[in-house]
Amino acid sequence: MHALIIDDSRAMRSILRRIVTDLGYDTTEAEHGQAALDHLEAGLVPDLCLIDWNMPVMDGYQFVQRVRDDARWRDVTLMMVTTESEHGQIVRALAAGAHEYVIKPFTPDAIVDKLELLGLLVAEVPA
Amino acid sequence: MSIAESSFRYVADLVRRETSMLYEPGKEYLVEARLLPLAREAGDSDVDVYVSRLMSDAAERRKAIDALTINETSWFRDNAPYQAFTEVLLPRAIAANQATRRISIWSAACSSGQEAYSLSMLLDQHLPLGWTAEILATDVSTAMLERVKAGRYSQVEMNRGLPATHLVRYFSRVGSEWEVSADLRRIVTTQHLNLATTFPPLPTFDIVFLRNVLIYFDLDTKRDILRRVHARVAPHGSLLLGSSETTLDLTDSWEREAVGRVQVHRPVQPAGAFGLAAPTRAAV
Repeated sequence: MHALIIDDSRAMRSILRRIVTDLGYDTTEAEHGQAALDHLEAGLVPDLCLIDWNMPVMDGYQFVQRVRDDARWRDVTLMMVTTESEHGQIVRALAAGAHEYVIKPFTPDAIVDKLELLGLLVAEVPA
Repeated sequence: MSIAESSFRYVADLVRRETSMLYEPGKEYLVEARLLPLAREAGDSDVDVYVSRLMSDAAERRKAIDALTINETSWFRDNAPYQAFTEVLLPRAIAANQATRRISIWSAACSSGQEAYSLSMLLDQHLPLGWTAEILATDVSTAMLERVKAGRYSQVEMNRGLPATHLVRYFSRVGSEWEVSADLRRIVTTQHLNLATTFPPLPTFDIVFLRNVLIYFDLDTKRDILRRVHARVAPHGSLLLGSSETTLDLTDSWEREAVGRVQVHRPVQPAGAFGLAAPTRAAV
């Protein structure tokens, strides 16, 4: 399983990397939506994208729209992980094609719970 | 006794750095409550001494972070019991209650109410038109019951297992918290109840969720609780325990049935049991 972590905060990418690595994921990181899109265009097909909303160059919402507009990436699961917590914004993100939404701050268990909901918990975690 | 401001600041920074979870000023009591057992275990005289230890002990830091980020209750906890509810238990109760068109559910030891409200969301989605439902949420803590009544949850709590589609459908933002919709709150009523002592008058339930609480009681009390719960479950009804809990070896008055990945416990009604059970029911 592979997760693409998209956040302009290196500290947040590090937290998310540790959480999903513990769950058996390999990871790639990007500091904004365009850098993440570049990874996809270069052939990376992640199972999961963890996406911040507010980032320079291309924000997370635009990234979700771009990914959902392209059939090559229709099987990629998109999960927003953001401080944006208005009801209307969550609705927008889901309408644009995000599968799940985690509001910062969160506990590691929150990510685990969401991945379980999405059927993306890796059964065997490597030792 | 209270934690020093510098200790609290260190711990809050540590937890935010490692997990993104926020401990804001005002939560000192919580930090202290969660770290005190660890301080005692480490042989430290108080939490401030223990926090000094954390600054140079990485393994202890990990333990402290775990203790500070445990959140016991989540929405749709373990998932499988809720699948069993939707696919088998609720349809069974609907089939049995055609005359009354009413479903009665007990969320025992409800804590802050995520279980009761998770069930109310499923009822909203799966209960046939023209039917009514009641979920009785009981707990020994009156503070918890007040929380259930208020139906308000923090951002951190909202993240735990609640599908985003359910969040937008059933909750609205109130300041920094989320409030469950009035429609769902109408289904859930609260009552103070200590499982370990004689129950107050209770209705008969179609489905009882008594999850992850028997583990806190000794063997005799577990048996006694199961006996008294038995008297409150309809003959067609079902009891769900936590995944590590069972009626096996405790009592033969329940039979076990595998439903998906969970064990459902159904009350056994042996010949003559009604005659024997009646005085007990009156007593509880």
